[in-house]
Amino acid sequence: MNDIKMKVNGREVTGSVEGRTLLVEFLRNDLRLTGTHVGCDTSQCGACLVHVDGEVVKACSMFAAEADGREVTTIEGMANADGSLNTIQQAFQDHHGLQCGFCTPGMVMAATTLLRDNPKPSETDIREYLDGNICRCTGYHNIVKAIMAASGQEVDRAALAAE
Amino acid sequence: MPKDGGIGDSTRRREDIRFLTGAGRYSDDINVHGQTYAHFVRSDVAHGRIRSIDVAGAEAMPGVLKVFTSKDFEGAGGVPCGWLITSRDGTPMQEPKHPILAEGKVRHVGDPIAVVVAETKAQARDAADALEIDIEMLDAACDMKAALEDGAPRVHDDLSSNLCYDWGFVEDNREAVDEAIKAAAHVTTLELVNNRLVANPMEPRVAIGEYNPATDEHTLYTTSQNPHVIRLLMGAFVLNIPEHKLRVVAPDVGGGFGTKIFHYAEEAFVTFAAKALRRPVKWTSSRSEAFMSDAHGRDHVTKIELALDADNNFTALRTTTLANMGAYLSTFAPSVPTWLHGTLMAGNYKTPLIYVNVKAVFTNTVPVDAYRGAGRPEATFQLERVVDKAARELGVSPVELRRQNFITAFPYATPVAVEYDTGNYHATMDKLLELSDYSGFETRATDSKSRGKLRGFGIAHYIEACGIAPSNLVGQLGARAGLYESATVRVNATGSISVMTGSHSHGQGHETTFAQVISEMIGIDASQVDIVHGDTARTPMGMGTYGSRSIAVGGSAMVRAAEKVIAKAKRIAAHLMEASEGDIELKDGQFTIAGTDKSVAWGDVTLAAYVPHNYPLEEIEPGLEETAFYDPANFTYPSGGYGCEVEVDPETGHVKVLAFTAADDFGNVINPMIVDGQVHGGVAQGIGQAMMENCAYDAEGQLISASYMDYAMPRAGDVPMFTVDASCATPCTHNPLGVKGCGEAGAIGSPPAVVNAVIDALQRGGYDVGHIDMPLIPSRVWQAIQDATAAKR
Repeated sequence: MNDIKMKVNGREVTGSVEGRTLLVEFLRNDLRLTGTHVGCDTSQCGACLVHVDGEVVKACSMFAAEADGREVTTIEGMANADGSLNTIQQAFQDHHGLQCGFCTPGMVMAATTLLRDNPKPSETDIREYLDGNICRCTGYHNIVKAIMAASGQEVDRAALAAE
Repeated sequence: MPKDGGIGDSTRRREDIRFLTGAGRYSDDINVHGQTYAHFVRSDVAHGRIRSIDVAGAEAMPGVLKVFTSKDFEGAGGVPCGWLITSRDGTPMQEPKHPILAEGKVRHVGDPIAVVVAETKAQARDAADALEIDIEMLDAACDMKAALEDGAPRVHDDLSSNLCYDWGFVEDNREAVDEAIKAAAHVTTLELVNNRLVANPMEPRVAIGEYNPATDEHTLYTTSQNPHVIRLLMGAFVLNIPEHKLRVVAPDVGGGFGTKIFHYAEEAFVTFAAKALRRPVKWTSSRSEAFMSDAHGRDHVTKIELALDADNNFTALRTTTLANMGAYLSTFAPSVPTWLHGTLMAGNYKTPLIYVNVKAVFTNTVPVDAYRGAGRPEATFQLERVVDKAARELGVSPVELRRQNFITAFPYATPVAVEYDTGNYHATMDKLLELSDYSGFETRATDSKSRGKLRGFGIAHYIEACGIAPSNLVGQLGARAGLYESATVRVNATGSISVMTGSHSHGQGHETTFAQVISEMIGIDASQVDIVHGDTARTPMGMGTYGSRSIAVGGSAMVRAAEKVIAKAKRIAAHLMEASEGDIELKDGQFTIAGTDKSVAWGDVTLAAYVPHNYPLEEIEPGLEETAFYDPANFTYPSGGYGCEVEVDPETGHVKVLAFTAADDFGNVINPMIVDGQVHGGVAQGIGQAMMENCAYDAEGQLISASYMDYAMPRAGDVPMFTVDASCATPCTHNPLGVKGCGEAGAIGSPPAVVNAVIDALQRGGYDVGHIDMPLIPSRVWQAIQDATAAKR
């Protein structure tokens, strides 16, 4: 067993894990942060996306022990301080960017780093960035719209057709 | 203008708050004190005889409580099938036992053989490796045609063959259809495959069993679209647990698409094992496990013939299908290629004579059952492909050939036993052509050509039967269940309302839309209304959510219950205002005496109902809570016109879906934003089927697409922005909201539109390609181009 310590959503946490324990298992089972989901076992779906030291990581592809000493942010740490939805979360609600909600935490985590690195992404930028996140409900239409809106842009049909 | 939060308003979804903050409560998020973990050991061969299972080594491993095999289930029933189909010769379908754990033989890759239950998930998995299972491999029946031949490997030794049933519909039309086809001026024939798919909701299945020895009560948490159905099937047919001792909870469910309708062996296992071990037992499917244990969808091989007279009127239709059942009959499997398929073969057209033959076949593959659309996509695909092919053969426009044969007078009784109540197919076709800028297509095609690409436009016009279903009718057709829906409207003393619905939301947004309806009916703010679903201990017996039935059947039940509540509340209001009951009107949460300014508020009436001091107790019971069960009079018939525009690269066979337009008639719409979202998702799944998804087995029955590495799921870059419209509404005539349902339409109408578009592109490019089977992956399209080029030479 390995004793580990990390900061999760701004809070110091400790744990004792097997070498093979995945970060996503540690978050879900030990810390009971069940907002991070497991949708596959081949790191394809992106439902388990979290931020580790500010970068997106599929939490099924990192051992908990690897996150020792690092800063992890999960969906539970994304809302505004007063508990209200942040800009991206609010855009997802406003534009119906989620249905069953299972892929949603991963989508929000991905959208967050996308907009940090590329504040005015094109539709194509968004679709390419989301390549590692599968959604089965929305057909991505409203996810793209939500991220566009969160970046302060409107989805313009005519401009898209011309692209 | 719709009222804020009322019917017709694109109210934002209340459930989103928890989903967006990680506060959703899906089954795997639930941990019961003292729980153990189940690991299923599954067959890695398609067909084999179990010689021996040695559990000793595994049971000696750290943390293992017990290893279960079929021996532990002697006396338990098999997993039941909920629909009986009768063959053409009058005999019932062959119905093999579907054991919880394999008995004697394994019949598909993924067939569960044993289960290890241990203190931790890792211990259960480790111990599974120590299990010694000796299996004698047998030849597998995989290909449906081959499985029906004499001497084919027998999936079930106790059945006379691999034929489940041979169904004919409408049998009385058989000869007339044959004659009409013989006499036709033109017959278009098409052979096609409707590819096997895996529904793949993003949340894998989970089951947690819990047993309370003090009360002899069982609780099952499960990823289900219909917890009451699971309770009934598992309690009555598998484990012999009376319903009052069995609670089934389906909390937040991460998508279903049909595959979470069915009762699965894992549910029965954890319920059984929790009692046997006196410990809660949890099972969480991995994705790879889901591929080999969730019921699959589609998998039809079909020949369709469309007969036309000299004026291009459709005169007859004959279709013959082999439908894969897999190794066992999943809950509703037999109904999918029959009643959910054959009854839709008229489509939007007034074809007078139709005959449908379906042979259902057992194979050594995962069971096949309903997947989004269930039978209706299979019907629509073949019909809309053959109509397109006929137009091409006759040199007429596919738009005009469709229009010429459209049904225009309603109600319309089809020759396949259903009666469409309303529709306006010309209107949806007009809307489709307008929104897709059909008239500008040639210009765009020229532009593509200048870039060395081939552009194509494909149309499909679908009909579906939703709002499943009138119970007495489906009972005659072999259903072993009623298909009503239920709701309890519980008004609290201070006027807030809890609605307990038998419907279940796994992404559809019931908590928002159902509250909109109540808000509209009573005139109180939607925030005062809560929708409770997914727990047999809290909701009345309901049949759940599938077949686009929630608002049409569940919503209707809720309206009926709310009407009873309002009627009683009016009596109370009349008493409070000393007026005649007939003079009371309810508007905006106020009861008013008609023609006066005298009124009493909703909250005053509800308070009087629960604090009945000034109250006519001799005439009216206290309290304000009503339940209704609604059994629909007919199916509902959403319809629409779909258009797809593609560009094909003739060098590589690569197809890009450039645009997709959907013009639907869903009748009245409660929340347009949610309805649009349902269409987006359905269309994406249909594009997935047409372009990339394929559940593949090799000749030995090995499942070779059992992960997201091998099974191509549509990703954000694979689909365009969609144009969707539901303005061509002809309200349903037989339910109180005039609604038809919208959940499956996208997946039904889109595959033929995509394939028609690709064929159109190839034909325009001078390649005489009649058909390509889905999925239209580059190698298949490229090969079709090569074959057409060779044929020309």
